[in-house]
Amino acid sequence: MISKFIQNAGWPRIIIALFLLGLFIAAPFVGVRVDTSLANTLVRFGMNGVMVLAMIPMVQAGCGLNFGLPLGIIAGLLGATLSIEWNVEILARLVEFGGKYNLSWLNEAFVTNWREPLGFASAIIIAVPIAAVLGWFYGKLLNRVKGDEMMIATYVGFSSVSFMCIAWLLLPYKHPTMVWGYAGKGLRTTISVEGYWLHVLSDALAIDVNEHLRIPTGMLIFFAVMAILVWIFMRSKTGTAMTAVGSNPEFARASGVNVDKMRTISVMLSTVLGAIGIIVYEQSFGFIQLYMGPFYMALPAVASILLGGASVNKASILNVIVGTFLFQGILTMTPSVINSYLQTDMSEVIRLIVSNGMILYALTRKVRAGR
Amino acid sequence: MSDNNNNAPLLQLDHIGKEFYGNRVLSDITFDIHAGEIIGLVGENGAGKSTLLNILFGMPVIASTGGYEGRLQVDGKNVRFTSPNQALAHGIGMVHQEFSLIPGFTAAENILLNREVLNGSIMNYVFSDRVSTLDREAMHNRASAAIHTLGVNINPDMIVSEMPVGYKQFIEIAREIDRKNTRLLFLDEPTAVLTETEADILLTALKKLAKQGIAIVFISHRLSEVKTLCSRILVLRDGRLITDQPAENLTTREIAALMVGRESERKEIQVEFPSEPVRVDDVNEEIIKPKKKKKKVKPAIKVEHLWVDMPGETVRDVSFEVKKGEIFGIGGLAGHGKLGIPNGIMGLYPAGGKVRLFGRSLTLNKPRAALNRKMAFVSEDRRGVGLLLDEPLDWNITFTAMQTQGRFLLGIPYICQFRNEYAMTKEAKKYIEALSIKCTGPHQLAGELSGGNQQKVCLAKAFVLKPNILLICEPTRGIDIGAKSLVLDTLKNYNKENGTTIIITSSELEELRSVCDRVAIVDEGKIAGILPASSPAEDFGMLMMGQTKQANDNEEEEASA
Repeated sequence: MISKFIQNAGWPRIIIALFLLGLFIAAPFVGVRVDTSLANTLVRFGMNGVMVLAMIPMVQAGCGLNFGLPLGIIAGLLGATLSIEWNVEILARLVEFGGKYNLSWLNEAFVTNWREPLGFASAIIIAVPIAAVLGWFYGKLLNRVKGDEMMIATYVGFSSVSFMCIAWLLLPYKHPTMVWGYAGKGLRTTISVEGYWLHVLSDALAIDVNEHLRIPTGMLIFFAVMAILVWIFMRSKTGTAMTAVGSNPEFARASGVNVDKMRTISVMLSTVLGAIGIIVYEQSFGFIQLYMGPFYMALPAVASILLGGASVNKASILNVIVGTFLFQGILTMTPSVINSYLQTDMSEVIRLIVSNGMILYALTRKVRAGR
Repeated sequence: MSDNNNNAPLLQLDHIGKEFYGNRVLSDITFDIHAGEIIGLVGENGAGKSTLLNILFGMPVIASTGGYEGRLQVDGKNVRFTSPNQALAHGIGMVHQEFSLIPGFTAAENILLNREVLNGSIMNYVFSDRVSTLDREAMHNRASAAIHTLGVNINPDMIVSEMPVGYKQFIEIAREIDRKNTRLLFLDEPTAVLTETEADILLTALKKLAKQGIAIVFISHRLSEVKTLCSRILVLRDGRLITDQPAENLTTREIAALMVGRESERKEIQVEFPSEPVRVDDVNEEIIKPKKKKKKVKPAIKVEHLWVDMPGETVRDVSFEVKKGEIFGIGGLAGHGKLGIPNGIMGLYPAGGKVRLFGRSLTLNKPRAALNRKMAFVSEDRRGVGLLLDEPLDWNITFTAMQTQGRFLLGIPYICQFRNEYAMTKEAKKYIEALSIKCTGPHQLAGELSGGNQQKVCLAKAFVLKPNILLICEPTRGIDIGAKSLVLDTLKNYNKENGTTIIITSSELEELRSVCDRVAIVDEGKIAGILPASSPAEDFGMLMMGQTKQANDNEEEEASA
């Protein structure tokens, strides 16, 4: 019974879970509040969950781990910045639209009351088609390099970030909260989403257990909904074909499945999820980070899903949930506990050591489910 | 070789036994091997042959699962191998069922791997042999000598990846005999991938090796080979040594009976299809039947000037017709293109020419088009193309039908459709029962089944499609006798019951002659001739040897004139 559980869960996960538990137990003794830590862990789990979820379609279709997540993130950033740039206009159009089609509920008052959720929704609605188009090209590229997807994907991510470093400066954004004050053009490195859609999900239905522990229910529900959507998709005819392509492309081809098309769809889906993921992240974090911001975003997501027990060609929603929780839990707890113990401010250094150490560990754990 | 003064046997096994996690796979195996002997080791899949070999060859898997019981003696001295290197040092060589060759290297490089002939240089004094260059010419000569011992003609400079499977097998054996101290050679199913002629060449070569004092343990499912080659025959069943007798005391039928452990000869295999149960009792009648109405039925498939670019199995120009309801066989030597024909028709490899199904032409190069025309295909490459090894059986069985015919789905077509797990499991259960697939249930992973059961899963996958035309490649490759007859009977039965046209491609001519109505022989990418299955075996042999039917007839005419 116990041995079966260990076999199913896998030793790495059990050891990390015990370590995390140990940190929670040790926390009060060095003056770190358990409820604060728990709140932090939950927030980080919600922030990163969707981006980890973005790994699933590509892994299942045999395209490997999505090291090109920055591409999806860039689509998300475009959606986020454009939703702010066009915020006033979008809301005005909505009212106009309501008047035209006699939708009495879609009036000025409604739009004003729901300004923030509408802004958030518009960011996603703008980001998704951009991500889909970028994902289509990215998918076509990966179809040409079968077997080396992960290496190529890494460089797709890196080069798209570098390209956008130029684009953020040159794109004709005008909104005063986003552009550099002295030149009146070019986007800033960090843009606050306060007043637009800060904490739209985090604060929705949030439960305040005490002043330190606030459960971001809305964000967790949003993650759950996305997870269920992915789960449903993987059970659809297309999702089934995709899994077969990942499991044995030759079998899929002999069964009349268009292998390249399935792979492209999976890459598009991963990119779209990455775009949505970063918008969820930003609404909780409070800032849009441009330029080099997305550069290393893929690694924590990759590490999370590997920690969760996924292999390079098989991943499940459970892997995402377990992996994200463990990774983010360790990342939250280790710096605060160790920092308090050492009584110096080294939290950032420790955070870097821990997060990169975890990524390194997770990457050495990656296994290819054998033929 | 036999220069040991004591008369101890080369290898002696004393009460060898092995348990895997409480599951006993071998018990009480005792026998010995003398120099120059050829021993045939036979047994059904799962009888414990592979485990025995692993013990004898010191495979790490044995030590890591708790070692084995009993004693091993080489030249009368106790040994206990913990790695294959130790076995090699004692002169024990092994040729595995799965090839262990480096595809990008030439035959000579593979044969002499790690035993290369080196050119000495002054650098050697400083840096040891590792900096020596290779003496290509000497290597070439040594490799061709080793190949020559086997009685085949393979260019030592040929790249392994460009060889047909049969050649690879010879290279694998050549590597073992090139090792100077090899005294005992284990061959695990060496003829499984060979054609009959190639197998004959190999058997002759093995006899020659035995004369030189090398002991050989030969494992094969082809009993007639074992009977003709071996001096002693050992039968394993359920991990026990059932018999150890000189070959002349046993007939192939007796061996088969001992292997299966029941009176297998008169065994009547009952195959039930989900639609209606049918008993196979008289096969002969059924073979004759379709022939009588040959004139009335129109061709189910008509192939004209087909070419297929399949690596190692190139088809150049093939035309033939198959009548509706017929079982049509395609035979020939490996590498001559017989496998290319069905693979090309199904669109798996680039192909050209014309293929008509029931009068309507078929789009080539598109597997989907072939499947939409209600053709089904069982690939010769079971693990590579035929199965999703990491997925459960119900997926394997229903996947193709789900994707091409929209069955086992819930929801609105073209908009959103979801797997109907319940229907999938139910269908899988039906076929697991009908084809008696040995498994823990429809949710077991396909990779965990034995070869024969995997083949049955492949058949089930094809049957689920309810095909009009069924293309089957190598239906019995690498599976044991019990499963073999079941698979063949299943095919005959399916043909009889549903009137499905079946095209079987196989390297075993006997098998084709027993099942098919007509058999085409492919030679160098072309059809050498099509004969009724009842024609004498020599005629088929002539065709395979490259003599076309016309040439054949001419000769006969000349002879009679």
